[in-house]
Amino acid sequence: MTHLTIPKTYKLYVGGKFPRSESGRVYEVTTAKGAFLANAAKASRKDARDAVVAARAAQSGWAGATGYNRGQVLYRVAEVLEGRRAQFIDEIVASEGVSTAAATAQVNEAIDTWVWYAGWADKYVQVAGNGNGVSGPYFNLSTPEPTGVVAIIAPRESSLLGLASVIGPAVATGNTVVVIASERAPLSAISLAEVLATSDVPGGVVNVLTGSAAEIAPWLASHADVNGLDLAGAGDLGSDSAGTGSAGTGSASTGSASTGESTWVDLQIAAAETLKRVLPPVSGIPSRSIDRMLAFTETKTVWHTKAMI
Amino acid sequence: MTSFLDYAPAPESTAILALKPSYGLFINGEFVDGHGDGFTTISPSTEKRIADIASANSADVDLAVAAARRAHDRTWSKLSGADRGKYLFRIARLVQERARELAVAESLDNGKPIREARDVDVPLVAAWFFYYAGWADKLDYAGLGTNPRSLGVAAQVIPWNFPLLMLAWKIAPALAAGNTVVIKPAETTPLTALIFAEILQQADLPAGVVNIITGAGETGELLVNHPDVDKVAFTGSTAVGKAIARSTAGSGKKITLELGGKAANIVFDDAPIDQAIEGIVNGIFFNQGHVCCAGSRLLVQENIHDDVVERLKARLSTLRLGDPLDKNTDIGAINSREQLDRIRDLSDIGESEGADRWTADCAIPENGFWFAPTIFTNVSTSHRIARDEVFGPVLSVLTFRTPAEAVAKANNTPYGLSAGIWSSNGSRILAVADRLRAGVIWANTFNQFDPASPFGGYKESGYGREGGRHGLAAYLSEAAPAARQAVTSKGATK
Repeated sequence: MTHLTIPKTYKLYVGGKFPRSESGRVYEVTTAKGAFLANAAKASRKDARDAVVAARAAQSGWAGATGYNRGQVLYRVAEVLEGRRAQFIDEIVASEGVSTAAATAQVNEAIDTWVWYAGWADKYVQVAGNGNGVSGPYFNLSTPEPTGVVAIIAPRESSLLGLASVIGPAVATGNTVVVIASERAPLSAISLAEVLATSDVPGGVVNVLTGSAAEIAPWLASHADVNGLDLAGAGDLGSDSAGTGSAGTGSASTGSASTGESTWVDLQIAAAETLKRVLPPVSGIPSRSIDRMLAFTETKTVWHTKAMI
Repeated sequence: MTSFLDYAPAPESTAILALKPSYGLFINGEFVDGHGDGFTTISPSTEKRIADIASANSADVDLAVAAARRAHDRTWSKLSGADRGKYLFRIARLVQERARELAVAESLDNGKPIREARDVDVPLVAAWFFYYAGWADKLDYAGLGTNPRSLGVAAQVIPWNFPLLMLAWKIAPALAAGNTVVIKPAETTPLTALIFAEILQQADLPAGVVNIITGAGETGELLVNHPDVDKVAFTGSTAVGKAIARSTAGSGKKITLELGGKAANIVFDDAPIDQAIEGIVNGIFFNQGHVCCAGSRLLVQENIHDDVVERLKARLSTLRLGDPLDKNTDIGAINSREQLDRIRDLSDIGESEGADRWTADCAIPENGFWFAPTIFTNVSTSHRIARDEVFGPVLSVLTFRTPAEAVAKANNTPYGLSAGIWSSNGSRILAVADRLRAGVIWANTFNQFDPASPFGGYKESGYGREGGRHGLAAYLSEAAPAARQAVTSKGATK
């Protein structure tokens, strides 16, 4: 007896919920060879702004959680990913056109990356902070804190590993994020969102948008309530190879901003208006690093007088 | 009847200065002519000319950057860390030896009281060089792994409020990390930087390691946007900081921006009140309020508001405003006419928006730029004087009832440089400090600075830290991959 498959509807992930794009738009996701895979939601400016609102609402709670707690939640993500590895391997094979072995390796590496950053959540303060021996009767301590809301353009390649490599470092320290998934291979991102939604990650800590980075990113780069901008996957925005044929038409947000043609430098220029912390594009997948975590932290130095006794 | 406020003037002599009538640019170890339109630096307390100053044009900036590049590639980056440190130790000692001269020059050129230049600025300058001197041969402990690299040429632009101290904050870590420097002092306060150039000659610092170019904003713009610069460190206004972030976007230059602030100074009803009053006064009237981390927004718990304001007025009435070189002076001159106009404008807006203005009753000298200590009460969070950085001796007083309200009001600003908390309740202080979005928090004290203590802002107060290990790391990058490998394999054979 054959079973007629039930295709999944891929939607956005905002504030812990899975809404469709408010614009009603979708775009076609295909296999590497061009066969139809799914219609993914094509997020609009409004969706991006909603995602920032959700990320901001979740930020103080997530930053206020103990590092131990954040670490356990991120480790839980790895646990749940492990249980759904077959699904991710299938999706990666289908949408990236790689071998099963390569997809398996990518899933393994993604899981290990979550575990690596999970372990940092309650240690980065110790490594990046300092007691300061000042010349006077003062207690003086410098500690890193999360920057706030970080907008991320995920790497275009290795969709699942790319996401782990940019979301992990930002959320381990207590930031909340709005991430624009790889435009060509967005399915892993939405499936990852399903993992996050069932891994005790509070709603709004990670928000996932699918669609055109060239269209959405400028609104995030200029958004006054976004504190950091990770341009990891923005390297070829605005260049000839960035267009997928589906971007830019029927846009609901043909406002004053020049969407579609923005390069990553334009995004950095827009980010300067509110002095966002910006990580430049990387080629390929960012390697695991404490620098990537500390890029979206702020050092706070507290002085307190000591009594004369 | 005489009171303790009547006193005999005790002016510090300017005879200790050996100023030249005019100063050129300090490039490649010597003073050379500038090719921009030169200008004059005046004393803001008398408006009298001090010296003529050269201005660097585009060609001069090119020369300075080229000198720094040469010095970096051929000399400074090849020197051992220990030797770089020795030069910095020499500089620290020379600053100590010439401390009085530097303090007098700073007070003369900037308008700040000699008491502050002598007891705060110059001792901290020496401390900064001494602290970073010791780092120069210990870079492996800066937090970037073994064998970190210098960045190359650092372009540094500094403000007029702490001219020599800001120079020290910039130059000391840059040199310790193996970078070379082109630095531009502020247009209104170039004097101590030029005396510092003489100190560098006495220290026999290799030519081109530090280049000091004077000029206006355009010179600074040319410098930070120069294509052969690897690092930009800027202290100044948020507007200029944003312009630098824009113009350097995509360049790969490493940037440190230390910008404006509108710090909340939060006073709870269980605060040690006498200390708090002194701290509030020091927080906003130190250096005429020309301090980016000044405690310009006093948030006082509602039930002690009247008492605190009365005590403040009484204390401010004892401050002495006048000749900056007089050792009795508490409040010196406003640095420039332009700044004085801005303070006046914002204060007038404060009144027209409905806040109540109180100004200390003190005699204002006939010449020069002066602004008497001023307090605004009945200020609401939407008033311009509660939002804009005045950068002058103007305090806005707001109230709160609960710690949560204090935190919400304190964070209600695009800035995030500093904050103060006054309370006898230690656990409350730590809880409030946790929730304040500011880079430096002083609890039961204010305006403390130390070379070992990182300083810098959240949000639109900029990014990067100066001071401490963090301030050193801002001038370094990780070892090149090949070098890292070499280090590892060498380590493995041990």
